[in-house]
Amino acid sequence: MNGVHDMGGMHGMGPITPETDEPVFHEPWEGRVFALNRATMALGKWNIDASRHSIERIPPADYLRTSYYEKWLAGLVTRLEESGLVTPAELESGRPAPGAAKATPPLTAERVAATVTERGWFERPVNAPPRFAIGQPVRAMKINPTGHTRLPRYARGRIGIIDRVHGAHVFPDDNAHFRGENPQHLYSVRFSARELWGDAAPPRDAVNIDLWEDYLEPV
Amino acid sequence: MDHDHQEVPSDPALRVMALESLLVEKGLVDPAALDALIDTFEHKVGPHNGARVVARAWVNAEFKQRLLADATAAVAELGYVSQGHEHLVVLENTPERHNLVVCTLCSCYPWPVLGLPPVWYKSAPYRSRAVIDPRGVLREFGLELDETIEIRVWDSTSEMRYLVLPERPAGTDHMSEQELASLVTRDAMIGTARVTLAGGPT
Repeated sequence: MNGVHDMGGMHGMGPITPETDEPVFHEPWEGRVFALNRATMALGKWNIDASRHSIERIPPADYLRTSYYEKWLAGLVTRLEESGLVTPAELESGRPAPGAAKATPPLTAERVAATVTERGWFERPVNAPPRFAIGQPVRAMKINPTGHTRLPRYARGRIGIIDRVHGAHVFPDDNAHFRGENPQHLYSVRFSARELWGDAAPPRDAVNIDLWEDYLEPV
Repeated sequence: MDHDHQEVPSDPALRVMALESLLVEKGLVDPAALDALIDTFEHKVGPHNGARVVARAWVNAEFKQRLLADATAAVAELGYVSQGHEHLVVLENTPERHNLVVCTLCSCYPWPVLGLPPVWYKSAPYRSRAVIDPRGVLREFGLELDETIEIRVWDSTSEMRYLVLPERPAGTDHMSEQELASLVTRDAMIGTARVTLAGGPT
């Protein structure tokens, strides 16, 4: 979707403000939101791409105004409701519906240490060989999907060079909408800064973007 | 301390408390698991992990070669960071090329080697400008790069995660691997800084 989350190349967002000795969490509730997101992932009702898409669907003004972990909270509430794990009435009252069965949490404290560095493994075996080879020019498709996509707007219609071949990976555009993983070859495509931003850009600079085969066409 | 200031929990704090209590009552999450997750990301996972990878690459040319060829496997052989469950790519800075990592679409970041990202990395100003004006961004971090140096920005749009291998500073020949690791900052491994003899908090 052409959302406000797709920020590459936008102007007017202000200065970057690094913080000295920044804590991991600025408030205890930020840590709780982070942990709730991790722990509920183990329920198996959604995936990383659906999680990202729930955050992208936050209304643009709210997306820009709220803090990072407020967005994580909003996305989590959306997923809990859409998956049916929690009803709107339960969210409203803060209490389980009368007579609701009590589940057993899949993620226990004992398992945290083993799972904590896992971000998952997204490479999948596929039969088809990669369509493109290193050094080959490709064009990022000029498409405007209304659902989830990882093809940033600033790259669409631009020509780049295949720089690395990463193997076949889960395709977010389908996985986010529970249409299956549709694994396909993933490439790092190098776009010159001038191709992306015009002749005023420094001649040697470039941006590498990870793009799936369905985003690319031969030139 | 300002004692007039009331310690009223903020709105998100109240909402999170209510949500957690609902999910615990429904048996969907275990509060002890939440505590363990927070403890891990506050105290165990962080840039010190990445710094050890960088220092090892500086002192061991064969490890560096393996790291650049397949970072997931090379980091896993160190045993203390990841169990190989992350698609990691290490990008080498050279006198001719400087690498910079961003995620324009969200906040993708190599957690096992750097921990959770700082607020600025996840912020609109960095995400919007790193790709269109990397030199301006680096200048804001106090890093002025000569025009002859190529800047290569890596937009983390997939599950591949990127870690910058900064250049080893001059005058460090006598240093041990551990001393070298203490020089390596988080920002140097994102690409918004160089490693200097001053080192500093990561």
